[in-house]
Amino acid sequence: MSSTSATPRTSPTLAAAEGTASAPVADTAPRRLVALIGRARQAAILVVLVLLLLATELDNHRFLSSQGIKDLLLDAAILMLVAVGQAVVVITRNVDLSVGSVLGISAFAAADLLAGGANPAWAVAAAILLGAGFGLVNGLLVSFGQVPALVVTLGMLYVVRGLDSIWVGPREITSQSLPAGYTDFGHGGLGPIPYLALIAAAATVAVGYYLARYRSGREFYAIGSNAQAARLAGIGLRKRVVAAYIFAGALAGLAGALYVARFAYVDATTGGGYELTVISAVVVGGVAMTGGVGSVYGAALGALLLTSINSVLPALNVSSVWEEAIDGFLLLVAIAVDRIVAGRVTSALRERSPHHG
Amino acid sequence: MNDSTEVSRTAAGPEAVNLEAAAAAPPGSGPSAAPTAPILALDAVSVSFGAVRALRSVSLALAPGSVHALAGENGAGKSTLVKVLAGVLRPDSGRVLVDGEPTVFHGPADARGAGIAVIYQEPTVFPHLSIAENIYMGRQPRTSFGRIDRAKVRRWTADLFARLGVALDPDQPARGLSIADQQMVEIAKALSFDARVLIMDEPTAALTPAEVDRLFSVARALKAQGAAILFISHRLDEIFDLCDTVTTLRDGGWIATEPVAGLGADDLVRRMVGRDLDSLYPKQDAQIGEVALDVRRLTREGVFTDVSFQVRRGEIVALAGLVGAGRTEVARAVFGIDRRDAGSVQVDGRTLRPGSPSAAMSAGLALVPEDRRAQGLVMMHSIERNSTLTGVRGLTRGGLVSRAAERGRAADWAARLELKYGRLSDAVATLSGGNQQKVVLGKWLSTAPKVLIVDEPTRGIDVGTKAQVHRLLSQLAADGVAVLMISSDLPEVLGMADRILVMHEGRLAAELPREGATEEAVLAAATGARSASEPAAGQGGAGVAQ
Repeated sequence: MSSTSATPRTSPTLAAAEGTASAPVADTAPRRLVALIGRARQAAILVVLVLLLLATELDNHRFLSSQGIKDLLLDAAILMLVAVGQAVVVITRNVDLSVGSVLGISAFAAADLLAGGANPAWAVAAAILLGAGFGLVNGLLVSFGQVPALVVTLGMLYVVRGLDSIWVGPREITSQSLPAGYTDFGHGGLGPIPYLALIAAAATVAVGYYLARYRSGREFYAIGSNAQAARLAGIGLRKRVVAAYIFAGALAGLAGALYVARFAYVDATTGGGYELTVISAVVVGGVAMTGGVGSVYGAALGALLLTSINSVLPALNVSSVWEEAIDGFLLLVAIAVDRIVAGRVTSALRERSPHHG
Repeated sequence: MNDSTEVSRTAAGPEAVNLEAAAAAPPGSGPSAAPTAPILALDAVSVSFGAVRALRSVSLALAPGSVHALAGENGAGKSTLVKVLAGVLRPDSGRVLVDGEPTVFHGPADARGAGIAVIYQEPTVFPHLSIAENIYMGRQPRTSFGRIDRAKVRRWTADLFARLGVALDPDQPARGLSIADQQMVEIAKALSFDARVLIMDEPTAALTPAEVDRLFSVARALKAQGAAILFISHRLDEIFDLCDTVTTLRDGGWIATEPVAGLGADDLVRRMVGRDLDSLYPKQDAQIGEVALDVRRLTREGVFTDVSFQVRRGEIVALAGLVGAGRTEVARAVFGIDRRDAGSVQVDGRTLRPGSPSAAMSAGLALVPEDRRAQGLVMMHSIERNSTLTGVRGLTRGGLVSRAAERGRAADWAARLELKYGRLSDAVATLSGGNQQKVVLGKWLSTAPKVLIVDEPTRGIDVGTKAQVHRLLSQLAADGVAVLMISSDLPEVLGMADRILVMHEGRLAAELPREGATEEAVLAAATGARSASEPAAGQGGAGVAQ
């Protein structure tokens, strides 16, 4: 028995791999093609964004003033945070419809604590924890209940909104009862860059780096790409799905706390309908609802683009009734482009494949 | 004989060195030349799925430095056994022993931790992720702070491919890979584990002969280093080529474990089937009628060029060639799934609208695809639902599908195809590979096609089911159906076809009549040994010598 366990453990794979540097000359064209298209998506959003802003600036010279940029970034920051959390969930081929309700209840929790004189750090932490708690419930129901995420989180959307209404009632918390330092933070920044935008950017980069460079991060993509293969690869599906929902919940909670800082107003309807804006941002940013594709950077850019459109319309004196129609149109264009590009890439790869038989 | 517990407990005893003793231990291969206690064993393992008893008290012992074959028909329990060894399924009773110790695998990760690597019958890849990520998912090499060392992932993958002689780019995403390439990715993945036990469930089904050779030399190298290998294949010659010992299963029960040396193919088939097969390739003589399928100068840029052929009623025409010669692509273009750049397709004298599978279907064309899991079946739907997918029209009453009519037709086909199943309402995913193939066939046959195109109809199917499929194709031809059969299985091609078309690099390289066609002639044309421009008369076919 000792002989069996001693002998074969060292197969030549690694030894050979470390030793020989003679990798086969591989065709790098498909790699470039795919990397290009991945980046092209984000580049396309950036180009649209820049064109949009420049066009608006030509029409209305005060639009890109320091204050204009600041307002734009402030508006985008909160959507960005929630979109990043949502992107992680969508990458695992799930969805979280409860983020708007979670943002609302977390915002009220933070505001209530602040109004009661609590330490702002504790108020923010409480909002994050509350959001993470709802995320945990979502995650457990989706992964253990074997219920489609759409249904579970739709239920949670109403449950959390209901709890919020019962708790808040007709109350509202306004800037009078909030500490001035906290709302100042919500409007302050380094030059034209608001603190809120810095927080959102930091969260985006951190999550993006984690998803790209850590084993557990890649597993989110693996699960969304092919759950069966992920199971065979020994990935703990439930653990990861629960983690994704906790992530999304915590970021929605953080966004709630920052919402208080930004708007200095919370009531029982805060965050209502927000989930659909978030999902639009994620999809416009190139994260496929079918899982396994996209990045949080794309989702953040999508959030920035949607926010920009919403600020551009008043600057151009376009009636705000157009806003939703334009958002919806953009969403449909994004999905159509995804379908076409995905089809092209797959057939391009298929034709390059050495044996295609 | 097959009492693995006994073997492992008394590892040092001479009586423990049972089956593999003489054949297995390679002389001078280090410590493993000593006693061959099994690394991995099953002891009286049983597994049931509802009413179907997939494994009945099966025992098996995998010794180091030995290749163990697992033979059996479809539904004999081979894939179930693999899943038990891989930690995917937990046995209802019986034990799994690792190094003689009873072990419970709570999931695939546990089995992997015990040094067991598995190549599954159906490749399971992450389509959106790169090939390198597919191979190293969950165990990427890391640098500081636990970050993935991407350069190393890429280099290791490239080295694995160099070892396997495969030209695949590690950074290419897995989507768009052919089944053969996906299978090579699976093989590379299994090799990357440094496994003590390598389990290969039909790894060769989609591979070219050169790739099979490559795989076998890697397997032999692993064996020489003392790994235990379990090998499953329906190609008996591969079992005789590679394996030391063979265990046969039939209907979930253990039949025999014996050394391969001294065993004949007939013996093995008899153990698997439990009876003698009168003939494996029973193409009946059929009345050859008028032309049913007429393909003229079909071309698709960069894929295939100037392909013309005809298939007559009652005729079985084989389309042979190496994987990648463009056979599947021709079939897809004929059926209208892929676009074509030039050429025409006629069914019964009527020209088909290009790019329209529904037009092809209503003209009487049917295509049974190669990748049944992805293209032929809705895995989660029931057997009855799947087998009537193509022919719902005849089953409707007032615009709604009649469940009773659906069930009736499915039951009819299940009986004709000798389908092995629990209930017709079970999901197709619960069936074995061969039985899934029968459902796909049934689905298309229920449309009563005039022309049937079958792509690798017996890929991954056991001898018994294979014979049933052959009988069925032959019966269809006798009924006046024109059959175009794409196949890489040469004996099948030679036995079944009235005419053999051979493709080489996107062109028709030869056309051989039934009489006079030999394995050598087909291979020579397929590998381009004969000039492609030579008139494809076929008379020279018999004369081509090696």
